[in-house]
Amino acid sequence: MTNWLATDTFIEIIYLVATALFILSLIWMRSPTTARRGVRAGELGMALAIGGTLLHHGIVEYRWILIGLVLGSIIGVPLGMVHMTAVPQRTALSHAFGAFCVTLVGTAEFYLRAPAVPRFMMAVLSMEVILGALTFTGSLMAAGKLQEVLPQRPITYKGQNVVNLSLLAVAIGVAGYLVHDSSHVHLFPVMLIIPLVFGVLMIIPIGGADMPTVISLLNSYAGLSAAAMGFVLDSKLLIIAGALDGASGFILSVNMSKAMNRSFTNVLFGAFGQEQITSAAAEAARPVHSATAEEAAAILSAANKVIIVPGYGMAVAQAQHKVRELYDSLSKRGVDVKFAIHPVAGRMPGHMNVLLAEADIPYDKLLDMDEVNGDFPQTDVALVIGANDVTNPAARNDASSPIYGMPILDVDKARTVMVIKRGMSPGFAGIDNPLYYLDKTLMLFGDAKSFVGGLVRELSGGGQN
Amino acid sequence: MKMDLLTSLYVFMLAGFIGFEVIRKISPLLHTPLMSLTNALDAIAVVGAIILTGEHRSTLATILGTLAIIAATSNVVGGFLITDRMLKMFKASGPKK
Repeated sequence: MTNWLATDTFIEIIYLVATALFILSLIWMRSPTTARRGVRAGELGMALAIGGTLLHHGIVEYRWILIGLVLGSIIGVPLGMVHMTAVPQRTALSHAFGAFCVTLVGTAEFYLRAPAVPRFMMAVLSMEVILGALTFTGSLMAAGKLQEVLPQRPITYKGQNVVNLSLLAVAIGVAGYLVHDSSHVHLFPVMLIIPLVFGVLMIIPIGGADMPTVISLLNSYAGLSAAAMGFVLDSKLLIIAGALDGASGFILSVNMSKAMNRSFTNVLFGAFGQEQITSAAAEAARPVHSATAEEAAAILSAANKVIIVPGYGMAVAQAQHKVRELYDSLSKRGVDVKFAIHPVAGRMPGHMNVLLAEADIPYDKLLDMDEVNGDFPQTDVALVIGANDVTNPAARNDASSPIYGMPILDVDKARTVMVIKRGMSPGFAGIDNPLYYLDKTLMLFGDAKSFVGGLVRELSGGGQN
Repeated sequence: MKMDLLTSLYVFMLAGFIGFEVIRKISPLLHTPLMSLTNALDAIAVVGAIILTGEHRSTLATILGTLAIIAATSNVVGGFLITDRMLKMFKASGPKK
């Protein structure tokens, strides 16, 4: 290899270009029209950075690098080809992989430098390893819950937060001690194992509805641990990529916690899974109005404006393609159909948008909460499919409700509300929804997929005569 | 060494601000692909793992480094792939075919 190629300056310039491409990549993500260009920019930046790194003069042995790159690609391809409904667990799994990489590198760097690690170096190394380790096991747990190989039910016990926070405090204490005197090499495994345990314990009390916040938070931790690794390796590229990822996860966590009306400190300290609210309100079978697919289809076809509100129930029932058919047949009749997406609908930020886009619904029909809420009073029918708490008017007007203050979709302001639901069981959070007892609300009992299918049949069959 | 550290902190701070400004403007519509894209970009940690592995300073470092390369590369490949697949699906309502 020629020496002039392998100089550090040359590699640094490549890293500089890669950094610019990464930032451009995120800038282009702003709009669906340029987003794919953003992916290209990111790919190019990544290829340049990896190529440049291979020229690094310190590299004496390429065999294991190549084996790693090849094996990683072999694992990566199926992970990139998963079905769209599996995207939340795939995302959690990739946070785990990212954190795993960071933790391993941090561990290796410690043992290469020990026993005399400079204080600042030890401080960032500790941050790298602690954040990396807890993100690793935490993300694995989250992925397991989302894939339903682990129980989704939150598991809580007395003093859970005390136990968790004390564990974390011990890990930070050990880190502090190592910063003070890094010759206690035997303490390093303690600093590694405690956060691994903490990551598991942190996710145990989390239920499905909290997943959007948790995934965002783990995203942020993964980014910060990578930035810490950048400090350890003195790599500006890594610091910047980690900071961008950390900022992105942070913003999404804040969005999600706002959308669930949780205080931000509540999220930062990982104290999710509030006390389980058992719906003490005895189910005094209040009367509801129900309707058949035929009746509902008649009302829908007479409407001018319809807003569909999808929730996790639609994803579970795999109803998005039937919903697309409903959208088509209503649009054909000149009905204006839009979709209202609550920020925490589904299991990760933007989950509903991806599922509906997969079903070929144009993205300009997918409106987020702030855009769409003003439209409900002029809407003839609001059709709720598999969403519950995000439509609960108690959040707006019942100060005693556990979800009081949570921003909701103002479904109850539409002229007619239809709710497709399996039965009258309360939603995930166990909170009764007064929406269902309104005079203008029609309950459509059944499986989301088959009921929407029934609506489509009615609309295309007996409709016009 | 001290100057390096300070420069790194400046870089971190500035990148954080850029991240906030850029990502705040991304529509909630694309939050899922955003997360998979940042995940792929974050896997740039692979460069650290490559150097660690290639320098071959100890057996432990080479083993951990190789595992780290595998984990990060799978994120690079899988992350870009799925982001692009998702974005391909987002279409505007254009004239009917």
